Amino acid sequence: MKKKRWAAFLAAGLFLTVGLSGCGVAKEKLSEGGSKENGGISGDITVITQRTDIVDTVFQDYAKQFQEKYPDVNVSFEALADYGGQITPRMNTKDYGDVLLIPTQIPIADIPDFFEPLGDLEEMKEKYMGVEERAVNGKVYGIPIAVTYTGIVYNKKVFAQSGIKEVPKTFDEFKTALKSVKDKTDAIPLYSNYASGWPLTQWEGAITTVAGNPDYYNIKMPNEDNPFAKGKPHYEMYELMYDTAKEGLIEEDPLTTDWESSKAMMGRGEIATMVLGSWAIDQIKSVADNPDDIGYMPFPTNAEKVIFPLGADFQIAINKNSKNKEAAQAWVDWFIHESNYSVEQAGGISAAKDEPLPEELKQYEEQGVEFTLLTPAKKGQEGLVDKIDKEAEIGFWLEDNKKVIMEAGIGNRDESYEDLAERFNKAWNEASKKVMNE
Amino acid sequence: MFKLSDLSYKNQRKIIIFTFSLLPVVLLFTFAYLPVFNMFHYSFTDWNGFSKEKEWVGLENYKSIFTNPEYFVVFKVSVYYFFATFVQMGLALYFATILSFNVKFKNLFKGILFFPYLLNGVAIGFMFMIFFRPEGTFDTILGMLGLGSLVQHWLGNPDIINISLAGTSVWRYMGFNFIIFLGAISSIPNEIYEAAEMDGANRWHQFRYIILPSISRMVQLNIILAISGTISAFEIPFIMTGGANGSKTFVIQTVDLAFKYGKVGLASAMAVVLLFIVIVVTVVQRLAFKEER
Repeated sequence: MKKKRWAAFLAAGLFLTVGLSGCGVAKEKLSEGGSKENGGISGDITVITQRTDIVDTVFQDYAKQFQEKYPDVNVSFEALADYGGQITPRMNTKDYGDVLLIPTQIPIADIPDFFEPLGDLEEMKEKYMGVEERAVNGKVYGIPIAVTYTGIVYNKKVFAQSGIKEVPKTFDEFKTALKSVKDKTDAIPLYSNYASGWPLTQWEGAITTVAGNPDYYNIKMPNEDNPFAKGKPHYEMYELMYDTAKEGLIEEDPLTTDWESSKAMMGRGEIATMVLGSWAIDQIKSVADNPDDIGYMPFPTNAEKVIFPLGADFQIAINKNSKNKEAAQAWVDWFIHESNYSVEQAGGISAAKDEPLPEELKQYEEQGVEFTLLTPAKKGQEGLVDKIDKEAEIGFWLEDNKKVIMEAGIGNRDESYEDLAERFNKAWNEASKKVMNE
Repeated sequence: MFKLSDLSYKNQRKIIIFTFSLLPVVLLFTFAYLPVFNMFHYSFTDWNGFSKEKEWVGLENYKSIFTNPEYFVVFKVSVYYFFATFVQMGLALYFATILSFNVKFKNLFKGILFFPYLLNGVAIGFMFMIFFRPEGTFDTILGMLGLGSLVQHWLGNPDIINISLAGTSVWRYMGFNFIIFLGAISSIPNEIYEAAEMDGANRWHQFRYIILPSISRMVQLNIILAISGTISAFEIPFIMTGGANGSKTFVIQTVDLAFKYGKVGLASAMAVVLLFIVIVVTVVQRLAFKEER
């Protein structure tokens, strides 16, 4: 009896080893491929996306359309809810799909270690918008899946009820508008979405509107001290955040808000404004009582010229370790040029310069609003802002310190806005010195 | 053919012990010790989590931890969880004792008390978000009891937020302590109670002189687990507030530094510091309990 058990155990052990190594072999075979018969492109590719909401619907249609053109390529999808957080640990291995998005967490200088170059910058920038942002040494590694712009989504009906006739342009006008919303309606003037956190990071996208100068973020800011000094764009922009929190122009208890329901609340006219990228317009319209009530306007600014800064969404890129680079390249081209993802799903415009502008954008041009891409950093200073920002733990594109600003506004902290601005300035100056000396 | 029975009993024993423990040891090594070794290594570098190369910076990371008081301020939050631990222990012990006697619907109550521990932490986070919302469940209950005047911004008020979160934590983990206590109590033979009853001992005497001494080891274990849990409180505040509004704990801060600001080196050093704090606290506790005996 005892012997038998022993044998069974050994057998089980053997089985396990064989089974495991078997898996390894099978996988190896599957992922081979590349271009073979008829000169056509073939192989299996895995596409990783951040859109958990449409991966089983819209993306499946994409796969079908793509296969009409490339019948020998099999496309499978993987959607990650917390894209940046989940993909970055996986990138320490070789197995992170064939086509994926460049996570914003990864320092720009490290991109060539992980992604396949797509072409020379000189050539690519004639064809695509926003490719400069993450180019390294004159090579482009990713193309933006969409180009979006940041401003304020507002409910026209609520504005009309509050007696606001013209879309507010300056900070003072905007604050007055919010106050009249508070006085004349039951709607929440500015919904912050503090609890979800990430909506607060949307503000940073409007910094060029506040500065009124596309050179500010990448060229001017890294070369000067005290970006939060009074009168500078960051100071002015976040002062609005602080003031609205302080004057009770935001939701009653920001700690328990919820993004999904905020969309519906805005659609019902219970919220007057939210600071969000253009990608959100369609999402809010889709749950609104009357989609025509939902409008979009540039972020307030004291600058003379009103700029809608164009910002690149995630960049689509190819895994350096992919075994089917040709098929992956075909998907990238198809996705950028033919899927119409950027307009239909991302609420922006296509990165490809030969695609025409959507109708909706023309109305802004009539109002004298300019659409501009940020000027890329000077040679040798690529990614500098990002580096200083991380070292200083300010997090321009992270929610933490925005939450701190709001907490101070509500009165949950002892610090005033001046104290905070001073703290950020100090952190920035020290970090800047450290990074520059490296 | 090779037969195991050909070997001496002693050798058989050795082989079996070796083969049986091989798998768990390999797993333990790969998933516990190896990462810890790596963490020690990272803590001496300036690795950002992605770069192929990491630069050796020696004790730089430790220096910046111990010279920046702001990195330690967050331990203030742990104090709330520390006090909550005792409430949690007290409740667990109370319920375990009551339910070890003959009570109606005993198993139903056991199930109800243990249930929160089985729930997923994320689900609990969302449940309590709704619970603490203005005009949410908690406010409604208070209103029904005529205590409407006590209504607060349970998460919005920075003086209360940690109490609310620690309360959630008690609700969640109490079941675990409870089940351990209950197991220990039920191993006490019935004869002892009977004898005690004959001697005229009431329930309190039974608890004080029979139950408590018999389960003192379990109390000790639970306290060690709870206190190291206190120092490294993470899940509930992370899901519910992400560390906002003064609810940031040491572990949330570590995670933020590593994954938001790309300072894996510094975060590893903080994790090492935390590890040592937990070890020291545990050793101190063990010594304290030993003296008692």
